[in-house]
Amino acid sequence: MSTVMEKKINLKLVRNPNENNEPEAEKEVVYDTKGLNLWYGETHALKNINMEIKEKEVTAIIGPSGCGKSTYLKTLNRMVELVPIVKTSGQITYKGKNILDKSFRVEDLRTQVGMVFQKANPFPKSIYENIAYGPKIHGIKNKKILDEIVEKSLRGAFIWDELKDRLNDNAYGLSGGQQQRLCIARCLAVEPNVILMDEPTSALDPKSTLRIEELVQELKKDYAIVIVTHNMQQAARISDKTAFFLNGEIIEYDNTDHIFNNPTDERTGDYISGRFG
Amino acid sequence: MIKALIFLLFKEMEGGCRIMATSNKNRMSVSEMIEQQKKKRKFFNQLERLIPSLLLIIASISVLTTIGIVYTLFAESVAFFRNVPILDFFTGTILKPLSQNPEFGVLPLLNGTIISTVIAMLVAGPIGMMSAIYLSEYAPDNVRRVLKPLLEILAGVPTIVYGFFAFTFVTPLLRMIFPSIEATNILSPGIIMGVMIIPMIASLSEDAMSSVPNSIREGALALGSTKLETTFKVVIPAALSGIIASFVLGISRAIGETMIVAIASGSSKNFTFDITQSMQTMTAYIVEVAGGEAAAGTTIYYSLYAVAFTLFVFTLIMNLLAKYISRKFREEY
Amino acid sequence: MTTKYMDAQLVEKRMSSRVRKNTGWKGLFFASTLFGLVVLAILLVRIFTQGMEYINIDFLMNHLSTDASRAGIMGAILGTAWLMVVVIPVTMIIGVGTAIYLELYAKKGKLQSFIATNISNLAGVPSIVYGLLGLTLFVRALEFGNVILAGGLTLSLLVLPIVIVAAQEALRAVPGQLSEASYGMGATKWQTVRRIILPAALPGILTGAILALSRAIGETAPLTVLGIPALLIPFPSGIFDTFTALPMQIYYWTIDSSLVAEYANLAAATIIVLLILLFLLNSIAILIRNKFQQRY
Repeated sequence: MSTVMEKKINLKLVRNPNENNEPEAEKEVVYDTKGLNLWYGETHALKNINMEIKEKEVTAIIGPSGCGKSTYLKTLNRMVELVPIVKTSGQITYKGKNILDKSFRVEDLRTQVGMVFQKANPFPKSIYENIAYGPKIHGIKNKKILDEIVEKSLRGAFIWDELKDRLNDNAYGLSGGQQQRLCIARCLAVEPNVILMDEPTSALDPKSTLRIEELVQELKKDYAIVIVTHNMQQAARISDKTAFFLNGEIIEYDNTDHIFNNPTDERTGDYISGRFG
Repeated sequence: MIKALIFLLFKEMEGGCRIMATSNKNRMSVSEMIEQQKKKRKFFNQLERLIPSLLLIIASISVLTTIGIVYTLFAESVAFFRNVPILDFFTGTILKPLSQNPEFGVLPLLNGTIISTVIAMLVAGPIGMMSAIYLSEYAPDNVRRVLKPLLEILAGVPTIVYGFFAFTFVTPLLRMIFPSIEATNILSPGIIMGVMIIPMIASLSEDAMSSVPNSIREGALALGSTKLETTFKVVIPAALSGIIASFVLGISRAIGETMIVAIASGSSKNFTFDITQSMQTMTAYIVEVAGGEAAAGTTIYYSLYAVAFTLFVFTLIMNLLAKYISRKFREEY
Repeated sequence: MTTKYMDAQLVEKRMSSRVRKNTGWKGLFFASTLFGLVVLAILLVRIFTQGMEYINIDFLMNHLSTDASRAGIMGAILGTAWLMVVVIPVTMIIGVGTAIYLELYAKKGKLQSFIATNISNLAGVPSIVYGLLGLTLFVRALEFGNVILAGGLTLSLLVLPIVIVAAQEALRAVPGQLSEASYGMGATKWQTVRRIILPAALPGILTGAILALSRAIGETAPLTVLGIPALLIPFPSGIFDTFTALPMQIYYWTIDSSLVAEYANLAAATIIVLLILLFLLNSIAILIRNKFQQRY
């Protein structure tokens, strides 16, 4: 649906100029990846990944299909372990602790790191129960507090006004775009520090896509956001930093402006101008 | 006649082949051969038109079976209720078919059936469900691939073998622990019936849980849920209709199970709730009375059908209920 | 985001017990899965230790006898074999015919869904009810008496739904291109069915038929209703002979074991024979399935 847009890349179109003026030093590093390698069985899917991810920034990961960008994202909350044959080496420190260490509890990690998936995956429950699920499992039982969390989260995802009168309806009755924003709200309800987004708009129409992009801009005031996307226009529009993955390697990782206007590596330029992928 | 028809049709095919082979020698073109064949085929073409009807006749045998079951059970039950008032049958707590003044109250049998079913489900329900959870949510692929077929073996063991096992092994074992248990009792066959039903509940519930899409599990795990929380708060609610349906089918299976109770629970027709005692189920009554060669036309002979009709209706309701639940409440993911 | 509702420290504190709970339940789930298998193992060990020493040529070849030391089960083995002779062709013809009709000939509509619903309901009817049908229809109304034909037909009706459903699945699994290719060459429907679809579906059909057969020969309840005798009768030599069968023999020896203790061992020995027979049948089914799986 957005191929037409992708062909013509106009970088300065939506970029917010004052973002670049913020001094880098103030932002804390959330994730620090050092020498990460990952294998699916015999397949070497990620090769020597080194990457810093900072708070209150949107980090976009781009690259052709199968380049390892989703795999890397899922390594950040260890969802990648759901595939039993995965092996890793190297380290990813999250707030100073190596999350790949077996003694690091994945449940703790995933409580602090929210994830939004490619296809909206609400639970087959009511809208209210979808949001309240996270706080409930983490021990919040007070109905009044839950009500407040639900409202706050839905407001945070800019969907409160649309849904406030139908909180007890099944989430499956919502449109695709609404479902995806509900999933973002569900993720906000546990108050994470980081939000990982795996091509969150790839299944959505342009209008819903735009709304999610606006939401991302809003959310980055409080969260570190890592977004994997196929849509380079989107990466250019919403991200501060961009990493270009190819065949399991990081080819280039820099400020988004730099990547899109003046890429250091020839392959980055080729990919961005649509010569492959 | 049907056989002859089938034979002819098959013959025709082979004939066709042979003609092709021989006519090759005469250097005919293929299209000529096909033309020649066409004339000969006319008869068979007409025969072929009969095939759908022939198949329909065969397919209707299953419908006739149902009609046969319902008709025989109903007709003979009507004969029974001419001798025994229908109200007495369904409210009577005394069953003495062989006494001088026979009484035909079905409640002792219903009671035995329900109690054995409850015992069986107390075993099969939790264990089958937990097996399903393990296989669907926890087991690594290679472990599941070994355990699942092994569990299926349990469902393939003939019920007579379970009956033997309940009577000659489980009952003596129970009596060693609780000496007050009778040599024939409802507890032991109830437990073994439960074991027999485990694979049914395990495999149907597992199917229901496995059909819950992984994306939903991932959604829960990504919020920091443990697997246990994901299973109980997300997967099981999503698969609930299938799971309940599997329980209902398990109940239906327990109600209809015959040999285990017929062997290990004896033939006492007492109306009691003491599970250490012998009780008779509807199915076991049918075995006892039919095996005793009850003379056709007697009330006791007709009572077979009244009991069987009751049994049939019970299991039919259960099966329809299971279908209704899984259809009506099926989640569209 | 101003107010924080989640207390990170509290969440982390609770996490330990949540994770422990998960591990504990996982163990329970695994133990439950093993429970059924353990019972199965005990059952097999018990039956084999009890009955194995009674299995010898005499036991297999002799006539029945009230004297436990001389009793043999040849009559029951032959009875079961003769039942198979009836069940195999009857279920194959009716089962496969019905499946072909439902899958390939019937128009999707009320009649087809009525027959399909009917079959799935039949599958849930308790076996003992089939016994009463057999008693009323075959033994009494058609006056066969309690002979092999009556028993075989009763068992055939009982397992028919299994064969039909298996055959339907096998037919459905045949790729559409195969039959399209056949129609494309001008073949008629029946030619296509007979020469293309049936051969391709045959392994699946056979697997289902064998599983149904093993269900049939293990069934006891319908036979007890037909009034199969436990008497010392001659070996059956045709479908109109009276008979006994392996499960019936097990049944009589089991209930009489409270009178003569040794009968229990004979029952165990007979169970071994029955289980081995079932094991062989299932092995054949698995072999067929593995050998012909996904040829297309």
